[in-house]
Amino acid sequence: MATRTDTSAPEGTKAPAKAIEGRSLGRIAWTRLKRDKAAMAGGIVVILLIIMAVFAPLIVSWFGHPPNEFHQDADLLAAELGGLPRGDFLFFENSGISGDFLFGLEPQNGRDLFSEIVYGARVSLLIAFLATLVSVLIGSAMGVIAGFFGGMADTVISFLMNVFLAFPLLLFAIALVGVLPDTAFGLTGNSLRIALLIFIIGFFNWPYIARIVRGQTLSLREREFVDAARSLGARGPYIIVKEMLPNLVAPILVYATLLIPTNILFEAALSFLGVGVQRQVVGEPGVTWGGLLSDAARNSVVHFMFFPGMAIFITVLAFNLFGDGLRDALDPKSKR
Amino acid sequence: MVTFFIRRTIGAVLMLFVVSISTFLIFFGLPRLAGATPETFAARYLGRTADAHAQQLFAEKLGFYDPLWLQYWNWIKAIFVGTDYDYGTGIEHCAAPCFGYSFRTNHPVWDDLVDRLPVTFSLTVGASILWLVGGVAVGVLSALRKGSFFDRAAMTGALAGVSLPPYFTGLMFLYFFSYQFDLTAPGGTYVNFTDDPGEWAFSLILPWITLAMLNAAAYARFTRAGMLDTMGEDFIRTARAKGLHERVVVTKHGLRAALTPIITIFGLDVGLLLGGAILTESTFGLKGLGYFAIDAINKQDFPQIMGVTMFAAFFVVVANLIVDMLYAVVDPRVRLS
Repeated sequence: MATRTDTSAPEGTKAPAKAIEGRSLGRIAWTRLKRDKAAMAGGIVVILLIIMAVFAPLIVSWFGHPPNEFHQDADLLAAELGGLPRGDFLFFENSGISGDFLFGLEPQNGRDLFSEIVYGARVSLLIAFLATLVSVLIGSAMGVIAGFFGGMADTVISFLMNVFLAFPLLLFAIALVGVLPDTAFGLTGNSLRIALLIFIIGFFNWPYIARIVRGQTLSLREREFVDAARSLGARGPYIIVKEMLPNLVAPILVYATLLIPTNILFEAALSFLGVGVQRQVVGEPGVTWGGLLSDAARNSVVHFMFFPGMAIFITVLAFNLFGDGLRDALDPKSKR
Repeated sequence: MVTFFIRRTIGAVLMLFVVSISTFLIFFGLPRLAGATPETFAARYLGRTADAHAQQLFAEKLGFYDPLWLQYWNWIKAIFVGTDYDYGTGIEHCAAPCFGYSFRTNHPVWDDLVDRLPVTFSLTVGASILWLVGGVAVGVLSALRKGSFFDRAAMTGALAGVSLPPYFTGLMFLYFFSYQFDLTAPGGTYVNFTDDPGEWAFSLILPWITLAMLNAAAYARFTRAGMLDTMGEDFIRTARAKGLHERVVVTKHGLRAALTPIITIFGLDVGLLLGGAILTESTFGLKGLGYFAIDAINKQDFPQIMGVTMFAAFFVVVANLIVDMLYAVVDPRVRLS
């Protein structure tokens, strides 16, 4: 058990007498995490991104123009170049980057790319977080049931996991989003789409969590404290909730953190293929980074591809760095 | 050994069965729940201009009034033994792997799938060789020089690589290498291997690199972790103790053990890609299975979507099966479990 640090030095080395204080696993993990610069950097970027998503309107009002505003004046967009923005910045030719438009303008319709990127974080993070939650809920339940009860339940759930892993997931997700109607469950338009995307992405990723949880449950089931609980008369549900779950929190947390970037990429891929959240001209803009990239593919201006792509890249990288660091920090076997 | 093979094959068939039922239910069951009628299905074939009577006639002919299980049975039967369509103007025979006809073009879906396969196949084969060799090489070197500058640089690069979406790298590559510097073929070009192998490779080089980069990064990470685990095992110490050359220890003992899980993932990945490298194909405008699938989905062409989904699932399941069987041949422990 890694609930206490092992400070017993071999006989003869005579370690300086130091008060041995009991530290919880959480404390140990936190001290380790604080030392991991890459993970901390990732964590800070993640927090900044969340702040950016929540306060998008405020940030845009300070540094940009509302995402649904079209800036098509002749001094901003060059009609003779087919509506490309005027003005170069470094190697971003025809980007229109200036103090007024930090990331330049969208070609033809002249929307402020900076505010679109800021708003894009909303859809991306909302879907990625909630989809991960769905996966964690389904995956943990399935994993615990399969691992704890074994037998028939394990056979069926393991087969189901294999089926899901054999599905061409992206294809299926696209097809599913495509066949569903415009109005369902009392939701319409983008709200329905966001709900569907959360459900579909979450639903298809549960086997990844379930596999980990099942493995952990299998080994926990054989441990003495479970036997002890059982001999005291505890039943299955009690053992699962009170004895196993606290021990499963760490691995679930780690793999959930690592699932978020996968889900961000999944959502961006669906948006890139045109089946994600749709762009609105009024109200909540529903901008997606993937959607911006697919628009950019039709224009050969580099800033339009660069900024949305970098937004996806930085977000995913930050989550990956943080998740990797968290895994190292929570892993008792970690050699640091 | 034989029972293992038989059991795995039955498992694979069962898996395809489950996938086929789910696919069928999604496209013919779900729309019903959402209010579609047999007539609206028929209207997809006929176009919106057809009158109600024609729709009913067509729905009858295509069996849309049958219960769902019978429709499913007919669909599966057609795949194995073919079927006859009675359009009123004469009976049309659809030969054995019959996935029906496209709603829009009236082409047999199977023929379209077979047409698109070479593009996806070329893309997958080239990219998979690149990423397997590159990823494993970097992973092994990193593991052997753990903590070195090379290791840290490679692992930082690998983490960046898994965080880069292929449609972003693909677009940037296209912009710089093809549009700005004119070094490679523009998007959308594809030349058959049989027509001109040089042009074929030239047209695919960017898609290969794009697709390979993503996977190479992931494989480098897997290989490094696997290698670090194996090199700490007792049998490696034994191999060293009996005086084997370090190169032999690394390649024959370490790498061989570390590679087995990599090969499993490799089999799955290749199988998945053969069913359509959707993102790479749509980024580069390559008209392979993935592009076909997206097109079919956008146009709501159900027979095409179902055909391509089954086709893709088939590749994944078969790839899984092959890997499992190779395992059983190579590693005796697998057969026993």
